[in-house]
Parts: sequence; C-alpha cells; structure tokens
Amino acid sequence: MINYSYTILIPLIPLVIFVFTGLLGMKWKPLVSGIIGTVGVGISFFLSLFTAYEYFFATATGSAYHTIIPVNMLWLSFTHTLQIHMGVLLDPISVMMIVVVTTISFMAHLYSIGYMKGERGFQRYYSFLSLFTFSMLGVVLATNIFQIYIFWELVGASSFLLIGFYYDKPSAVAAAKKAFIVTRFADLGFLIGILILSYYTGTFDFSKLLQPGTHLFAGLAGVSFLGLSGITWAMALIFMGAAGKSAMFPLHIWLPDAMEGPTPVSALIHAATMVVAGVFLVARLFPIYHFQAPDVLIFIGYVGGFTSLIAAIIAMTQFDIKRVLAYSTLSQIGYMMVALGVSGYGGEAGLGYMASMFHLFTHAMFKALLFLGAGSIIHTIHSNFMKDMGGLRKYMPITHFTFLAACLAISGIPPFAGFFSKDEILAAAFESNKLLFYVEYITAGLTSFYIFRLYFNIFWGKDPEYKHKPHEAPLNMTIPLIFLGLGSTFGGFVPFHKLVTSDMKPFTTVTHWGIMLPSVGIGLLGLAVAWVLYKKENDLPDKISKKLGILYTSTYHKFYIDEIYLFVTKKIIFNYIARPIAWFDHNIVDGFMIGVGTVTVKISYKIKKFQSGELQQYAFVFVAGVIMLALFILYSLGYH
Amino acid sequence: MIQGISIYHFLIVSTLMFFIGIAGFIIRQNLITILLSVELILNSVVINFLVFNRYLYPDQLQGHFFALFIIGVAAAEASVAIALIINIYRRIHNIESDNVNEMKY
Repeated sequence: MINYSYTILIPLIPLVIFVFTGLLGMKWKPLVSGIIGTVGVGISFFLSLFTAYEYFFATATGSAYHTIIPVNMLWLSFTHTLQIHMGVLLDPISVMMIVVVTTISFMAHLYSIGYMKGERGFQRYYSFLSLFTFSMLGVVLATNIFQIYIFWELVGASSFLLIGFYYDKPSAVAAAKKAFIVTRFADLGFLIGILILSYYTGTFDFSKLLQPGTHLFAGLAGVSFLGLSGITWAMALIFMGAAGKSAMFPLHIWLPDAMEGPTPVSALIHAATMVVAGVFLVARLFPIYHFQAPDVLIFIGYVGGFTSLIAAIIAMTQFDIKRVLAYSTLSQIGYMMVALGVSGYGGEAGLGYMASMFHLFTHAMFKALLFLGAGSIIHTIHSNFMKDMGGLRKYMPITHFTFLAACLAISGIPPFAGFFSKDEILAAAFESNKLLFYVEYITAGLTSFYIFRLYFNIFWGKDPEYKHKPHEAPLNMTIPLIFLGLGSTFGGFVPFHKLVTSDMKPFTTVTHWGIMLPSVGIGLLGLAVAWVLYKKENDLPDKISKKLGILYTSTYHKFYIDEIYLFVTKKIIFNYIARPIAWFDHNIVDGFMIGVGTVTVKISYKIKKFQSGELQQYAFVFVAGVIMLALFILYSLGYH
Repeated sequence: MIQGISIYHFLIVSTLMFFIGIAGFIIRQNLITILLSVELILNSVVINFLVFNRYLYPDQLQGHFFALFIIGVAAAEASVAIALIINIYRRIHNIESDNVNEMKY
C-alpha cells in the first residue's frame, strides 16, 4: 500500500501562498509574488503528476482501481449524525482532475508573469490565482458532497474576484456581478438538492453514496413531489448547480461576459477548469444519476446537446476573439454533458463517461492553449477584435503554430487530441441516442468552421494598419504555449479507457470506423468552408450574411437571450414582484417601525412640560405624593 | 424621662416644625429661606430621633449618634447650598427661586 497522505499538500500549498501573498504582497516587489505563486503551483503540479503516476501506474494495471481516502478529518461536528468532514479522496477522476487543474494553473501562472507585467495589482492577481487553484483542488479532491459545496462557492467567489480584476472598468464590474449572481442562483438549487439528498440518506459521504446498489436511497424513492420522485428532484437540483457553473443553457449568459477578466484567467477558469466543475460534479455523482435518476441523466444529455449546438452557431458570428472562444467553450462543455447523458455504467457501456472525462482532459489542454494564444495576440495588438488582426503568422510564428495545433485539436482532425475524445463521444452517442448523435455531429462541423474562421482571420488575410509592428511574446509566455501545444497534439494518446472509467475497471475499446471517418470528414469540410471564405480577403462572408438576413442578425445578437433575461428580470420580476415587495417593505414594515418612533416622539413632546425646572413645584408634587401614600397605607392598615 | 412632659408634646413640636419647614420650602421664594426651611425639617427629624431614643430605649445611644450625624450633614449641606446661592447671585443678581428654572427639558 502506498502512503498518499502527501496529497494534502497539493491544495494546501496554494492556500498558504494565497494567505501570504494576500497579506504581505503589497510589501514585496510585484515579480516576487509572481515567482512565489508560480513556484508553489509548480510544486503542486509535480506532486499531482507524481500522485497520478503512483495511482495509475505503480499499482498493478489491468485490475480495478480503488477509491483511496488518505486524509479525512472532522471539520464541523453539529450532532452525532450531522458531521462535516474535510479530506482528500483519490479515485481515477479526481487524480485526472488534479493533474488537469495544476497543469493549466501552472501554465497560467507562468504565462501571467509576462502577460500581466506592469499591471496595477499584480500581487492581488497572483493571490487570487492561488485562491482559485486551492478552491478548485478542494472541489476535485472532496470526500463528501458538502465539502464540494463549500469549495464550489469558493471557486465562484475567486472567479468573481478575477473577472472583476479591472474593477475600475464598469463592464468588468458588471460582468463579475453577472457571473456571480447567475452561478449563485444556480447554486441555490445545488444546495437544496444536497439538503434533500442528505436528509433522506443521512450522509454526505461519497464512499457511502456512490456504492452501486446501495439501499440509502430507499427513503427517497418513496417520496414524490409534483409527479417526480424525491431522488429525481434532488439530482435535478444538483444538476442545476452544475449547469450554472458549467454555463449550460439557459444559465450560460455569464460566461461570454466573463471574458472581461484578464486573458490567462479566462484560460484557467473560464475555459479549462472551473467551467468543467459542473461536468466533474455530474461525473462524480454518476452512479447516483445512473442508478437512481436515469431520467435526469437523459435530461442532462439534451441540455448539453442543445447548448453545444446553439453555442456553436453563435460562435460563428462573433467578432471578438475571446467571445468566439467563450462560446466554443460552451459548445465543448455541451459535448461532455452529452457524453455523460448517454453513458451507461460499467465496461463498454460506460464509454460515454470515459469519453466525457477524456474530452474534459483534452479540452482543457487545447482550450487553455487557444486562450493563451489569443492572450499573446491581444497582448501585442491591444485589441480583441478580428478586424484589427490579420497576417499575424509572419510576426508570431510560435503563437501561430501552437494556435494551429489547438484549432486542429478542437476540430477533431487526427492525430490531434480532440479527435480521439470527440470520436469517443460521437461513438457513445451513436450507441444510445441517435438524435443527440446527429446534433453533435453537426456541431462538430460548425466547430471546425468557426475555429478556422477565427484562425484565418487572425493569422492570414491582409494586414490591417498596425500602429506598431506586432511581435512574438516573451519566452515565459511562449513556453506555456509550447507545452500546451504538445499536450494538444499528443494528449489523445493517453489510454483513458484503461485509466478513467465509470466503474474504475479498465475496458478495451473497439475502433468505430463508421463514425471516425465521417466525423473527420465533417471536420475537414468545416475547415474547407472557412478556408474558402476567410483565407483571402473577399466579400463572400458579407454577401452570405446579408442573404441570411434575420437569421444572421439574430445569431449575431446571440439569439437575444440576454435581452430576454433583461426583459424577464427588469420588466416582469422588477415591476410585478420586486416593486410590490419593496413597497410592502417600505410602507408596511418600515412604516410600522417609523410609526412607533413618531408616536414616542409626539408623546414625549406633550409630557416634557412636567419637567418645568421649578424646584418648588417638584417639591410640592413629591410631598403630595408622600402624603397620599401615607394616607393610603394608613387606610389599608385599618386606621379609618 | 423628663418629669411632666410626655412624649406627645415633643412629637407635636417636631411635627409642627416639619410641616412649617415643608410649607416654607414650597411657598417661600427666597433661596436662603428655602435653605432655612430645609434646616427646620432636619431639626424636626433630629428631635424625633432623640425623643424616641430617650423615651423608648433610655439605656441606649443610637438615636443620639444619629442626631450628631444629621447635624454634621446639615452643616455640610448648608455650606454647599450657600455656595450655590452665592454663585447664582453673582450670575443673575437675585436669589428668587422663580428665576432659577433653567434646568429643564
């Protein structure tokens, strides 16, 4: 047995760095906090790699993996039954996730030293990054659902802080607020779901909840509300939390706005790690979903499919490169949700589960790379818009090649990483749900189109008027690009079906030629269309968008979903619910309190005349009172 | 026990003094007179103490000590009161109690 208790250090190092950088950072030179943060996360990164090596390879392969809980301490003890633990749980998905989180976090830390150079609040930035890393690791290593919830909120808070990093920019403040409110609203559902679940099962613990065939849910199955069983409600509400964090339709509106944050933050939080927390949560609770609430799982699949399609369509029309990437993130997370939704449990049936985790892994690599590449472009161009870019391949060769690798990976062109994972997802969908398969198949083509539209617009085409010549990013920004580029190119060769499976037993996959070839085909088709339209400057795209008319404009305006939200909140909720409640509060609740105060004041004005300042008056009243008291006592004692 | 004088005589005198003092305190305007009235009240109390001690517990001395204390306290009080009255006189050049009614609300 290997002793894994050192894994507690993986989240604790970023925590310690957060505390020290947060408290003392202002006294240090900016670079010092950057280096400390990077080195700390680097240590976590190597520890995670070491953990993964020990967990996956040092034990005998071929047999099932076991859940290991090296650390689990009592944190809060309310009663005998209600106790909250904090600890570290190692199983294939959490080990995979710590590797993903620390890798991307390490790259983002390293990259930020160059990207954020000279920014005001450099130390603050690094302390928030460490806080985020700590909380994200807390989520993935959680031993019980309540620990996940606590860290889940911490992740949300650090995301809020980082989106609003440029807090003197009103749009950033609004975006931070939006992200926080939307995810917080979703987390309300998550909390209610947790409470329902743990009320009936009597435990938070994953080691008890995730046993297949456990009898804990017998109590919940009997309860029903509005025609659905208690467990369905609980799991659907928990999925609501997951959908909020993972920006599934219709809670996706915060993610594109979250791009107001610094670009490495977008890469780390809003592309690679935090937004896949929802996928992770569903995967973590997968046995419950599969055995107790299969309806919810199907629902998850449809939500994912719809989101991935709609986000891919919106991504085709956006001009802000970070927004294109944001919608692309939505779309890819939709893929992961679809894969979970169509998955079965155990062996070959669990292909979707494996594919989802696989795609999470490869997506983290290539999407972080796309964002960091976009960051190095924005860093030199000082603009987010495609019209200010073009022909950059001559000036930024490293960024160009790594970006290209990521584009090929996301389009599913072999042998890049995305090909393998996307192919598994399509295969899994094909097995169990044809509708979702076709949705995802079309989305794959759209993905390839919008990403190459982005690519050709940035790196090919005509040079716009550059104020100064664009230059390649410094070394500490290109090293992460190269590293992630290698990850995006070769990450697909990781044998996930041997490592991360639904029942923790390895299985062998067959090659689905019938799906692989068409999916590569549609990827290449998308690429080709983008090539024709955007490689050379021409007026074809404009003509097509004019022809499409309302279809194009509604897509450009993101199907007016933001406007619908604004209408619902401002016009309906504010006017018909919030305003009457505010009136009630202002007039009835406050009115009562103010009334009490006013009456008191009025009465005291009336009776203050008794205090006249006339000494003899006081004395008279006093003597009269004493005499009356004396008479009364005498009378009551019987002296008539 | 004083020959031929009963306790009632003393008590009547002290009661009269007490109520004269009260009446003076309430009616008179001059602060000095008010002070004198207070002294009257105190002295009537002193008489009560002495008389009860003498007639009810002739072999004990508590009443006498109380009387001494009250005389001492009365002297202190008189000095404070006169100091106040002098200060009032310096400010408003008169010691009518009707003019000293600023301490209100």
